[in-house]
Amino acid sequence: MIEFSHVSKWYGTNQVLKECSLTIGKGEVVVICGPSGSGKSTLIRCINGLEPFQKGDVRVEGVSVAARGTNLGRLRTRIGMVFQAFELFPHMSVLRNIMLPQMKILGRGQTEAEAKATQLLARMGLSLHGAKYPAQLSGGQQQRVAIARALAMDPQAILFDEPTSALDPEMITEVLDVMVALAQEGMTMAVVTHEMGFASKVADRIVFMDAGVILEDTPKDTFFTAPRTERAQQFLSKILQH
Amino acid sequence: MFGNFDTQVLIKNHALLLNGMLISLELTAIAAVFGMVIGCVLAFMRLSRLLVVAWIATAYVNLLRSVPLILVIFWFYMLVPKVVGHPTGAFTSVMIAFVLFEAAYYCEIVRAGIAGIRRGQAQAGLALGFRPTQVMRYVILPQAIRTMVPVLLSQVIVMFQDTSLVYIVGVRDFLTAAEVVADTNNRPLELYTTVAVVFLAICLTASLLVARLRPRTAR
Repeated sequence: MIEFSHVSKWYGTNQVLKECSLTIGKGEVVVICGPSGSGKSTLIRCINGLEPFQKGDVRVEGVSVAARGTNLGRLRTRIGMVFQAFELFPHMSVLRNIMLPQMKILGRGQTEAEAKATQLLARMGLSLHGAKYPAQLSGGQQQRVAIARALAMDPQAILFDEPTSALDPEMITEVLDVMVALAQEGMTMAVVTHEMGFASKVADRIVFMDAGVILEDTPKDTFFTAPRTERAQQFLSKILQH
Repeated sequence: MFGNFDTQVLIKNHALLLNGMLISLELTAIAAVFGMVIGCVLAFMRLSRLLVVAWIATAYVNLLRSVPLILVIFWFYMLVPKVVGHPTGAFTSVMIAFVLFEAAYYCEIVRAGIAGIRRGQAQAGLALGFRPTQVMRYVILPQAIRTMVPVLLSQVIVMFQDTSLVYIVGVRDFLTAAEVVADTNNRPLELYTTVAVVFLAICLTASLLVARLRPRTAR
């Protein structure tokens, strides 16, 4: 469903992605991990065209992200995205955050959008918070609203860019629970995270990156028990120490 | 010193003074409205990805912000009639000078307001599928306006004080009217004290109102 072929990206002379190739099939959950600065976020931002790249191609459902004629708006609507800093719109209520994109982008009516938003908030356990503004919610609650906002567009896949990195430890679980449920329902997911517990529970594959290169792309069991590269072994020993 | 403060001279000439105040206020209002319109256009030009467009706006803003207002007033006083081809009167030239001068300042306030919104907000909007113009309209501007409005209004208050500079080209604003009355009646103390008190009262009240606006609008 999502295909990278030999994607390279430079910031000036600094190459941040090197010949990255990767395929994410429908219903697959792929966790992308690696040390900071390894290009994980940049990689998944290429999928919905938030990051331009200079070489190679990314195709989403067969449509090239970089091609001139591509309707990027349409493509982005089919791919949800959840950010590290939540990025809810602070000047709108929670309900409005989930309704506005449905109405302005998908052309849904007020009633339909509100019904969808209400239903998703209930699913996130946030039914009582629809009228509040994002600033009145905890980080974990805000991130669940952000997930609801993405889901409201009925996406074919969701990209998660370090969704729990900005959260206090006690809030990480409530967000991961929602993500695990989504994964189990068969949502196609690309998740940049250091949460190896989440990875071992629901990931189909683990992609390990370092310095802009995809070093490993393996089923999760192989990754945890027998990582091929030394770099991945070091990374795992650091991250799993505790 | 204030023992023989003559209030009669104020009462007798109140029509002239009031008329001067109306001219000051009119100039402020016109310059604020049209200055903001042009300022917004300049701000969007500066944020444009078309480098030529951005460069033109930047050059304009830097030029106008580098010269003293009093010079701009003088300059337009001489220039405007030449450009239009016939005498225009001091008020018209001063009006144009203020609109174009203030636009440069409003541009910077608007631009800073827009640039101050975190990049992630625009990215979230784009990622949902909004078009760039929709991101501006639904996501960026509503937030930016909340931070801009108090700053823009403060700039209007500063400009209101600056309107007194038009005396150099003979526009009969509040200060000039007071000067005329002071000279003809030989009562400078009464008149200039009154001008100071009136400016103080108006600007202080306006500042307090803007300050009250701040916590509700600026986040």
